Amino acid sequence: MATTDPHRQTVISNLSRRKVLKGIVSTGGLVLAARVMPRGAQAGIVEAYATGAGAMSGGTVWNPQVFVSIAPDGTVTIVAHRSEMGTGVRTSLPLLIAEEMDADWSRVKIVQAPGDEKTYGNQDNDGSRSVRHFIQPMRACGAAARQMLEQAAATRWGVATAECQASNHTIVHRPSGRSLGFGELAALAAKLPVPAEDTLRLKDPSGFRYIGKGTVPMTDLHDITVGKAIYAQDVRLPGMRYAVIARPPVLLGKAVSWNADAALKVPGVLKILSIASTPMPAKYAPLGGIAVIATSTWAATKGREALGVVWDDGENKSYDSDAYATELAVRARAPGKIERDEGDIDHALANAAKVIEREYCIPHGHHASMEAPAAVARISNGKAEVWACAQSPAGARADIAATLGLEETDVTLNVTLLGGSFGRKSQCDFALEAAVISREMGGTAVKVVWTREDDIRHGFYHAISYQHVTAGIDATGKVIAWRQRSVAPSFMANFMPDPGRQSAGELGMGLTDLAFDVPNLRLETGEAKAHVRLGWFRSVNNIPHAFATQSMVAEVAAELGRDPKDFLLELIGRPRVVDPRKSVSSEFVNYDDPWEGHVIDTARLRGVVELAAAKAGWGRTLPPGHGLGIAVQRSFGSYVASVVEVAVDAKGELSVPRVDTAIDCGFFINPERIRSQIEGAAVMGLTVAKHSNIRFKDGRVQQSNFHDYPVLRMGEGAMDVRTHIVPHGVDKASGGVGEPGLPPFAPALANAVFAATGKRIRNLPIGAQLKG
Amino acid sequence: MKLRINQQERSFEVDPQMPLMWLLRDELGLTGTKFGCGMGLCGACTVHIDGKAVRSCITPVSSVTGEVTTIEGLSADGNHPLQVSWRELNVPQCGYCQPGQIMNAAALLAANAKPSDQEIVEAMSGNICRCGCYQRIFAAIKSAAQEA
Repeated sequence: MATTDPHRQTVISNLSRRKVLKGIVSTGGLVLAARVMPRGAQAGIVEAYATGAGAMSGGTVWNPQVFVSIAPDGTVTIVAHRSEMGTGVRTSLPLLIAEEMDADWSRVKIVQAPGDEKTYGNQDNDGSRSVRHFIQPMRACGAAARQMLEQAAATRWGVATAECQASNHTIVHRPSGRSLGFGELAALAAKLPVPAEDTLRLKDPSGFRYIGKGTVPMTDLHDITVGKAIYAQDVRLPGMRYAVIARPPVLLGKAVSWNADAALKVPGVLKILSIASTPMPAKYAPLGGIAVIATSTWAATKGREALGVVWDDGENKSYDSDAYATELAVRARAPGKIERDEGDIDHALANAAKVIEREYCIPHGHHASMEAPAAVARISNGKAEVWACAQSPAGARADIAATLGLEETDVTLNVTLLGGSFGRKSQCDFALEAAVISREMGGTAVKVVWTREDDIRHGFYHAISYQHVTAGIDATGKVIAWRQRSVAPSFMANFMPDPGRQSAGELGMGLTDLAFDVPNLRLETGEAKAHVRLGWFRSVNNIPHAFATQSMVAEVAAELGRDPKDFLLELIGRPRVVDPRKSVSSEFVNYDDPWEGHVIDTARLRGVVELAAAKAGWGRTLPPGHGLGIAVQRSFGSYVASVVEVAVDAKGELSVPRVDTAIDCGFFINPERIRSQIEGAAVMGLTVAKHSNIRFKDGRVQQSNFHDYPVLRMGEGAMDVRTHIVPHGVDKASGGVGEPGLPPFAPALANAVFAATGKRIRNLPIGAQLKG
Repeated sequence: MKLRINQQERSFEVDPQMPLMWLLRDELGLTGTKFGCGMGLCGACTVHIDGKAVRSCITPVSSVTGEVTTIEGLSADGNHPLQVSWRELNVPQCGYCQPGQIMNAAALLAANAKPSDQEIVEAMSGNICRCGCYQRIFAAIKSAAQEA
């Protein structure tokens, strides 16, 4: 029987520094004081190729004294320092260490690092960066641990280290065949210095037991299936109170009056607190409002209903996203700020034999992870301990420290599992709320519970956007001019005075990195001020940019009577490196990676188009009402093409019987999780294409729950997603996997709908557009 | 008030209108039953009452008369055929919705040991997975049904 003792339950094993030093060293394990080795961008033994990891806060750390401990019984405990939100990273990164140590995975335990970038290196789980930035440091970490164990064995036996070799959780003396287990060597190895970087020997890939095999399941798989996996919503502490908050329905609105007495009459309600808001740019500061603290979530929720808050909506009350879209369209039709320019676009368009202009619009969207945000905070003796589903735990820790006026070292940020995130839980407003409320409650442990309505109405929204694309075609049917204007507000408005247009980082996601072989190219932005909190939604600006460019390719192909796949390949052009750095007007941001080793390679772009098309049987005969569409996008260092088969029935109901997605993500760790991410990206892509629509009226989000903000359900399609992975050697920089599957889906679907019905979708969501 | 939950008699004093989900999660610490939407729209809170799948977030405690089973009590050893097939096929991503998915599927198979593809889709369409694991959820149910 399962335990029902409320106090026995704990979060996923969290590694506080105190516990390490008390718990593992005293058992003779391999743990010493941390030594931080931030990485630069230079190539070396540890980094066969440079990445941008060294430039991130905290950089990277490969010290086994930080990440690995070995108990006398041989149990190897490995620290997972990145947040698990479904990608499998809590397994993949420790697996790299185990692989290089030649550890037996069945004897490996995983503990979760708290938010602490000084110790563990960067923990910002955005930008599909975990594997692409940490594959090399984690391999180096495992290699260093292995070499320390080998040296310990050599010392014990009095033989040359070169004669000692790790093999399946033991060190073997090759000439004599003697062996010692990792556990027997741990105490001695712990006393040895960490090998210098230039002495590290990484495993030859031919000896990999785990990397590339896809045979190791997620660490949390069993716990998930038996209900024991603990997310922030599930955290329970002795004496813990529950809080829900009535937040201003309009950004920066203020509570004018509320009925605290009525709320306090609800049995179980303990206290009513007013929470302050912060003017923009507010980063992740709480939205403010009135908090109800109670003995249960239910009581707190009933108390909130009784508050009857009257709001002064403030300056954002006029925001209407439909009217705003019209403004964006007007801006997109006029010349904007030139972001990248090649050739002479005006001359080319003026002299083109044919000019085709199209517009594409995508509304605000929201993450709607199945676990709405939640956090528990407990403050005592000037120290704060917080449990949160934090996508950026060290960032959350720093923000909590700043909010409470504490040193970061006085804040412990325990990372729970994340019940989905997709970008939302990078913004730690919910953890700040818990910290502030616990402080006001005299340090009592308080869980802030966000309901689904809170989640949908108080998000960090995917930006609404408008794209205006003009293509010029010469008399031979070749595209000689491409002008694209992208108009969308910037999430930078959370961090600085609103720049009023997309930043270089946002533009690098699908606009300024455009890789078409067109001699006259101009990419522009238009002005767009932010009126709501904006955030990053899985693959971010790639969604509108890929939707526009990849829809436009198929539209032009149709106008010219060309096959969309052949035409796409023609536009991509011959295999070459496309270097936007030469023609951007400001900075080109390459997903936080340096240019060398992470270039835009059209051979790889072509490769996934050709692979997806071949695997999908491009050109095959389809039943009536079916169509195939194709689209490709490079994002986060990976190249992904999808062929979507759509079926549209006589009533205009759409389904997706099959998807073939090819991904080239460089060298990879776990093909099973890549397939899982690609399958999920098709489902989320279909949701974006078909349903997602957050609308604002009078400054208020009009949606509230899954009935009016639907996400895809079983039976709506994308149940047969076939993933085709391009293999690469270990020297090919790893690309992201969490996000890149999403951008090609919606345009491939729209192109398939056109192939099936002759109807062109230019505004998402599709909704009822195919009906009637 | 008293209820039989996972084959144990449990006593508690709560607002009779409190949804069963909050009783399980906040009062009894059975957090395998997840809070997803609070409106019976997503299925994350699915439990069994007398073997039938019920959305515990919209079920007042006072209305419960039968035996409650949660994911923690679905099988003594965590090896219900669905839990096994879920693991064999690596179904979850974030995992948050999966207890509800498994409980809903378990009620389906208990009532219909060999459901058709359409019956699986119809039975499971009330359970949302935002990570998009439907392909594998479907396959895991098929697999468990074939093993039975």
